Amino acid sequence: MNVQPTRRGIIKGAGALVIGFDIFNPAMAQAPAADLPGDLKIAPKVSSWLRIEAGGKVRLLVGKVEIGQGILTAVAQLCADELDIDMSRLVITSGDTRLVPDEGVTAGSFSMPNCGSAVRAVSADARQILLGLAAARLGSNAAALKTADGKITAPDGKSVTYWELVAGSELEVPATGKAPLKPAAARRYAGKSVPRIDIPAKVTGAPVWIQDLRPEGMLHGRVLRPPAYEAKLVSLDAGDVEKTAGVIKVVRDGSFVGVIAEREETAIDAVDALRRAAKWDVPAKSETQDTVHDWMLAQKSQDVVIKNTPSAAPAGASVEAVYKRPYHMHASIGPSTAVAVLDGDTMRIQSHSQSIFETSAAIAEMLGMEKSKVHGQHVQGSGCYGHNGADDAAADAALLARAVPGRPVRIQWSRNDEHKWEPYGSAMVMKLKAAVDAKGDITDWTYDLWSTSHGTRPSGKAGNLLAAHYLEKPFALPTPVNAGPPNFAADRNAIAIYEFPGQKVTTHFITGFAARASSTRGLGAYANVFAIESFMDELAHRAKADPLEYRLRYLKDERGRAVLQKAADMLGWKDWKRTPGRGRGIGFARYKGLAAYNAVAMEVEVDRSTGRIRVLRAVSANDTGEVVSPDGVKNQIEGGIVQSLSWTLKEGVRFDAAGVRSADWISYPILTFSEVPPIEVELLDKPGLAFLGTGEASQGPTGAALANAVFDAAGVRLREAPFTPAKVKAALQS
Amino acid sequence: MPSLKVNGRVYDVPGSADAPLLFALRNDLKLNGPKFGCGLSQCGACLVLVDGQPVRSCVTSAGAVEGQEITTLEGLGTLENPSRLQKAFMTEEAAMQCGYCINGVILRAKALLDQNPKPSEGEVRLALDGNLCRCGAQNRMVRAVLRASREP
Ligand code: FES
Ligand code: FES
Repeated sequence: MNVQPTRRGIIKGAGALVIGFDIFNPAMAQAPAADLPGDLKIAPKVSSWLRIEAGGKVRLLVGKVEIGQGILTAVAQLCADELDIDMSRLVITSGDTRLVPDEGVTAGSFSMPNCGSAVRAVSADARQILLGLAAARLGSNAAALKTADGKITAPDGKSVTYWELVAGSELEVPATGKAPLKPAAARRYAGKSVPRIDIPAKVTGAPVWIQDLRPEGMLHGRVLRPPAYEAKLVSLDAGDVEKTAGVIKVVRDGSFVGVIAEREETAIDAVDALRRAAKWDVPAKSETQDTVHDWMLAQKSQDVVIKNTPSAAPAGASVEAVYKRPYHMHASIGPSTAVAVLDGDTMRIQSHSQSIFETSAAIAEMLGMEKSKVHGQHVQGSGCYGHNGADDAAADAALLARAVPGRPVRIQWSRNDEHKWEPYGSAMVMKLKAAVDAKGDITDWTYDLWSTSHGTRPSGKAGNLLAAHYLEKPFALPTPVNAGPPNFAADRNAIAIYEFPGQKVTTHFITGFAARASSTRGLGAYANVFAIESFMDELAHRAKADPLEYRLRYLKDERGRAVLQKAADMLGWKDWKRTPGRGRGIGFARYKGLAAYNAVAMEVEVDRSTGRIRVLRAVSANDTGEVVSPDGVKNQIEGGIVQSLSWTLKEGVRFDAAGVRSADWISYPILTFSEVPPIEVELLDKPGLAFLGTGEASQGPTGAALANAVFDAAGVRLREAPFTPAKVKAALQS
Repeated sequence: MPSLKVNGRVYDVPGSADAPLLFALRNDLKLNGPKFGCGLSQCGACLVLVDGQPVRSCVTSAGAVEGQEITTLEGLGTLENPSRLQKAFMTEEAAMQCGYCINGVILRAKALLDQNPKPSEGEVRLALDGNLCRCGAQNRMVRAVLRASREP
């Protein structure tokens, strides 16, 4: 959502008041930024987030962006409540590098904890400031004033509105983060499901998408991607293409080739012609989707022990298992798109990037421009689920726009480019070993994981942009790091939440790549939870214990226990009746070890003759702390279950010496309407407790619950996704 | 220069008759409803109705539908006056996540309801099976279509 505020839009208050800072003392007692809630720390001024604008509007400025997760509706709910205005008065600007706080990347289930907390606190601060102004204006005690939808009324009936009170700089004061919050009972919006603010436009075809931008004079660009990652352009005779009617320019810079045309279909035909004319040097590469796990184990890795609690219990029998995950695509339905224009000395880029600030900075480095001269604006794109091609399309658009100053250029990737060139979620290998005593109880737990990077986002560095690798003066991919504290990236959720007598966890991080990879919903958490929760199930069966009861032996966290038990109850775990071919399974995790608690349970049917798995129903219980939008949270959990079922049942990027083979929806199928099971989600709301972040919480538990249910139904343990009918059949026959 | 009848009005579009209908609708007529998703007839994002039948506009040439009635999402209703299907997708139970797929889903559902006003849940799922949604909002969309089918 990107509505450009204009200077004219900022109201001049009737009878401008110059307000002394002594009117609202708390605002002046500036708390050290470190004490402020969420992202208020990085933008500690009230006016960085809120503006009182003409026409009875309030503008909320946020750095987090809408990616289909409903975040703008949730922060609007928080803001409207604390500021005491009707939600319809809010105009939101999000993700504009010149206008909003730099809240970093919209990812990692951080938006509610960081942006939501900040917006709630700053809106409460603003209300106090306005009350202070009103007290002076109305000659009343601030404590006696009442607010309702932007109107402040004194006991004597005199009133004044926010729009009459604010003339200019009144909100340009430090936030305290300590203003009193509305009691839950007085909230109109937070805690209730309200219709999402972006939906009416989306169902009626009003312009809302990046694809809907059509600035005056816009041209259409396409880029000729090489046949493989490391290919180099040897020769290209672009003469015929350049002469084609409607082609404005062929842009060539080293091995980067793009075309700009008047019409989209002309650009597509031109790039096809260029593909036929181009000669490439393609270095041989031997890894395939089938060899990548052995390749990883053979690499020299950075090994870090992220947890080491030695066991005091006597060693028992040793049980081991190895799990694997393939590369997964984000596979957005709308291919990556961007619009860029070189306007004087400023490059303006509109993009659906999750990291508009850092991507703009990376593009500045690539273009050799000053950071301040690249103006990035977020505009919504198709759901992305992590670092997909959005940022690379923005870089493509900027490179082409530079060649036609003053003319906006739109890039829209083809479906093939989107499938083949986006950075995937890394393949992984997880090795588990447990020592168990005579009763089958765990006495020691050892977990080793191997992975390539889950984080090659632009991060302000040109080398992370796809196009930059192919330029005449190329930018090299920075050596990836496994970012963050333990349990954060490749090793996200690698430390089991269970309290075993001993636990040792080692991350084996590989800095090379067999295929391009970066952040995909949940990073390592999907695979780590899949492995841990599958292995717990194996150990439970070995101990002849009920898998739910077995988990509860080791799970001491009360909130976790409640969530696990709730999901089991929702499925009817206790009274579940076995019928032939059917099974049930459960999976649980606390996302990142510190965000939402989530458990998924499901019932499946396995057809022994075809190997086909049918998920009959899935249920999930979730504790994400205080819930602002119940439907928003449920939607995320439900969507995560469907996507994770799709990953686990069907998906895996195929590639070989000739490049990526998963080039479209036929060669990379995803779950369809008729394959999606009925899903029920229940929330364990914790009013007053911190927002935990929930958007990625159900990915891991779902994969494990599925594997466990298949074992229960058919007696085969599937340790490597996807569970295709062929794989299930092979397992049944072995 | 094909002449297209879209949402009840006739337009001469500047592109060639061989160009995809989707580009004529989006780029020339500046309609936002139909989306580019794959260009390969695999996802349904580009769906429009041609004489009431769902058609994938990414693989249909503009010239092929001259003279026929083309309906896009915009033709069903407006922000101020949405159709009953559009309304059913706007409730407090969000019927989507990102909503990029929603054009195809609503138009496919419209074709279904025109033919079968009271479909079963299974019939809705089957009708929508050729429309891909990556956000995992399928069940919500099915419920929205069923909600619309219950409205008068
Ligand atoms: S864009 Fe037409 S079917 Fe995908
Ligand atoms: S709601 Fe995002 S693709 Fe369907």
